[in-house]
Amino acid sequence: MAAQTALRTEPATPARSTAGARIVRRAFVVRELGIVLALALLVVVTAAVNPRFLSAQSIKDLLLGSTILAILAVGQTIVVVSRNVDLSVGSVLGLAAFATGSLFVASPNLPIPVVLLAGVLLGAACGAVNGALVAAARVPALVVTLGTLYVFRGIDYSWAGGRQINAANMPAGFLRMGSTAILGAVPYLALFAVVVLVVAGLYLSWYSSGRDLYAIGSNPSAAHLAGIPVGRRVFAAFVVSGALAGLAGVLHAARFGTLDANAGLGNELDVIAAVVVGGVAIFGGSGSVYGAAVGAVLLTTIGSALPVLGVDPFWQRAAVGALILAAIGLDRALSARLARRLRTRRGGRRA
Amino acid sequence: MAPLLELTGVSKSFGAVAALRDVHLDLHRAEIHGLVGENGAGKSTLVKILAGVHAPDQGTLALDGSELVLNGPASARAAGIAVIYQEPTLFPDLSVAENIFIGRQPLGVLRRIDTGAMRARTRDLFARLGVQLDPDRPARGLSIADQQLVEIAKALSFDARIVVMDEPTSALSGAEVERLFSVARTLRDAGAAVLFISHRFDEIFALCQRITVLRDGRWISTDQTDAVTIEQLVRRMVGRDISSMYPKTDATVGKARLEVRGLTRHGSFSDVSFTIHSGEIVALAGLVGAGRTEVIRAVFGVDRFDAGEVLVDGRRLPPGDTTAAISAGLALVPEDRREQGLVMEVSVARNLTLPRRWSLSRLGLLLGGAENRSARTWADRLRVKAGRLTNPVSTLSGGNQQKVVLAKWLSTRPGVLMVDEPTRGIDVATKAEVHGLLSQLAADGVAVLMVSSELPEVLGMADRVLVMHEGRLMADIPRARADEESVMLAATGQGNAS
Repeated sequence: MAAQTALRTEPATPARSTAGARIVRRAFVVRELGIVLALALLVVVTAAVNPRFLSAQSIKDLLLGSTILAILAVGQTIVVVSRNVDLSVGSVLGLAAFATGSLFVASPNLPIPVVLLAGVLLGAACGAVNGALVAAARVPALVVTLGTLYVFRGIDYSWAGGRQINAANMPAGFLRMGSTAILGAVPYLALFAVVVLVVAGLYLSWYSSGRDLYAIGSNPSAAHLAGIPVGRRVFAAFVVSGALAGLAGVLHAARFGTLDANAGLGNELDVIAAVVVGGVAIFGGSGSVYGAAVGAVLLTTIGSALPVLGVDPFWQRAAVGALILAAIGLDRALSARLARRLRTRRGGRRA
Repeated sequence: MAPLLELTGVSKSFGAVAALRDVHLDLHRAEIHGLVGENGAGKSTLVKILAGVHAPDQGTLALDGSELVLNGPASARAAGIAVIYQEPTLFPDLSVAENIFIGRQPLGVLRRIDTGAMRARTRDLFARLGVQLDPDRPARGLSIADQQLVEIAKALSFDARIVVMDEPTSALSGAEVERLFSVARTLRDAGAAVLFISHRFDEIFALCQRITVLRDGRWISTDQTDAVTIEQLVRRMVGRDISSMYPKTDATVGKARLEVRGLTRHGSFSDVSFTIHSGEIVALAGLVGAGRTEVIRAVFGVDRFDAGEVLVDGRRLPPGDTTAAISAGLALVPEDRREQGLVMEVSVARNLTLPRRWSLSRLGLLLGGAENRSARTWADRLRVKAGRLTNPVSTLSGGNQQKVVLAKWLSTRPGVLMVDEPTRGIDVATKAEVHGLLSQLAADGVAVLMVSSELPEVLGMADRVLVMHEGRLMADIPRARADEESVMLAATGQGNAS
């Protein structure tokens, strides 16, 4: 097809094109930058009040506390960008944690990688149940995962039957993994979170099937018309979220050592809070796992900073709530501004 | 030479409704083929079959003479069929380049997306189309015309051999239509087959080599463009003469009921002024997106406005207050009855009496008797065909649902009735009933404001035609001077306000 056919060609305006790129880039940067700044501000203020807040031990505790939430938040982000939600992650975590303990009780000499794999597979199986119900039976994810939240927890309860598994039942090497740090302040567990974060982040931005998730969340019916295998992608997203919740369950066992059927109870709301605070649009289509992970760190930091600042710990939940509202407010303001700019820019071109 | 794409004996039903019956269509290489038909004639079902969204119940598709089975949009694309929908289907959060290449991104090492190549190829496509769009900007906020260009770039990107354009010009300005035409001709000259669907005969005749007419889901005719006239096509589309379709009776025009002065809502419409008198049917015409629906929503108080005023019977309405609008005698029958006009899960009777739930209640309680009696009266008056009035309104056909919406508002005895696309998607017989009803209401002294995109309906029903273009009122044309040309000129912004 000839380029020079009778189409009206206007003079190229490269300046505008870079302006557009700049707007988009700025909107992206601001989204994640805002929360990083909020985190930095919180740390600086808290450290000014009490310098011990920045001690190696304190930073280690903070990262250790963030690790499990961050891994769950990464899984949740993958689901949320496709305009779904996974409320069952807390129950899957509990189930995987108790399974880990039970495995060690049954055969104390199991190698750690085998246990990790078992936790991941158990979580993936739970995720597959969610994914199958959402993708094949076309039941809204909110309802499906609310149901499986109770079902998985119920299985956990009846399996545990009031039993508790103690640190004494678990191999020392496994527990060491949950408490030791490398380089002084970076806990070993946090490395899991970093690997998960980087792999998920690269997958979502570099790979076609990762971009499909954003497309599905942005406009589900157009995704279908574009030939994207919507059901398969959504199913896979739930399997990944489940698998990461399973991994988080094993790490939970390693970190706390003492396990009953209540591990991870209510975690799902913290996870969704981290995701939303991290700038992931709750109706899908935009947001990044990096933002969600920073959101997880921010929520954990608030939890340990407020007591240092002398704030009544009872106010902690209110602070988290205020943060969620602030994040949503910021998001609305940003998208409104972006929309306005994009409109006027087009107007300029047309004039 | 065999046609590039051939449909033989294609039928498709949805439940009891036959959308397509034994339809034939053949598209040749290097041809632009026009497809015309009334709303509900089956054009969009045909488009969806070509797009792989629906599988035909009967009949076959053949590409290059060999049978083609489409089991999804992806296989239609693989067969080289691109569809540009009336309302573009983009991903607002993704960049323009990603929108074009979603699912087929150029891949680099380790199968990761090569963003550089994707951007370069997007620029290349836009250069071929002669447009300036930034590949990196998100699709959110693009105008309809630009969104369509992105869709066309998508079709070019996988070298589509068959391009289906479903009413692509309905929201475009004159210059944009010209640009789209030259794109279509370029595609044709490169050997593609283009199926062009439009309601505008001037476009069809200017662009197409052959024209196919569909009516009520059936194939009616296929002709060389120079072998038919507009009149012949119209007769085949409607199956009867237009004049008999619109039972507009002359009514005596009385006093002003609705006055709108300088109404402005930034970004939607500005400085809109008009007056509607008792006994008058006034059509509000214009292209999709001209701001017609926005104006009547603001008049009714659903949306706020930034400047201007609305007067009913000389009294000023408080802005943004639908309750005040209803008690002043305004009624609005919205465009989308499923979303805005009805509560789909609730019974026919409840829907019929919803706006009068206060006047029908005793001591604040809605007891069944009065409600059911009133619902029965109105259902009979409008000849609503419903099994039982206690059935959910979702069980009715589209035409009967529309009657329920109309009855619901007529029962409030409005002085001013605003209807938005009153006959969209309903069958021909019910259409005539709705038209008869509007005509009767006007004769009874109601002021009727009708938003309509169907030109025959506008010309057949209206005493006056108000035409909007890009948020401004362009023309106020009396019945005697209103014709297709004068309305279309004003709607595309070329006419002068008269």
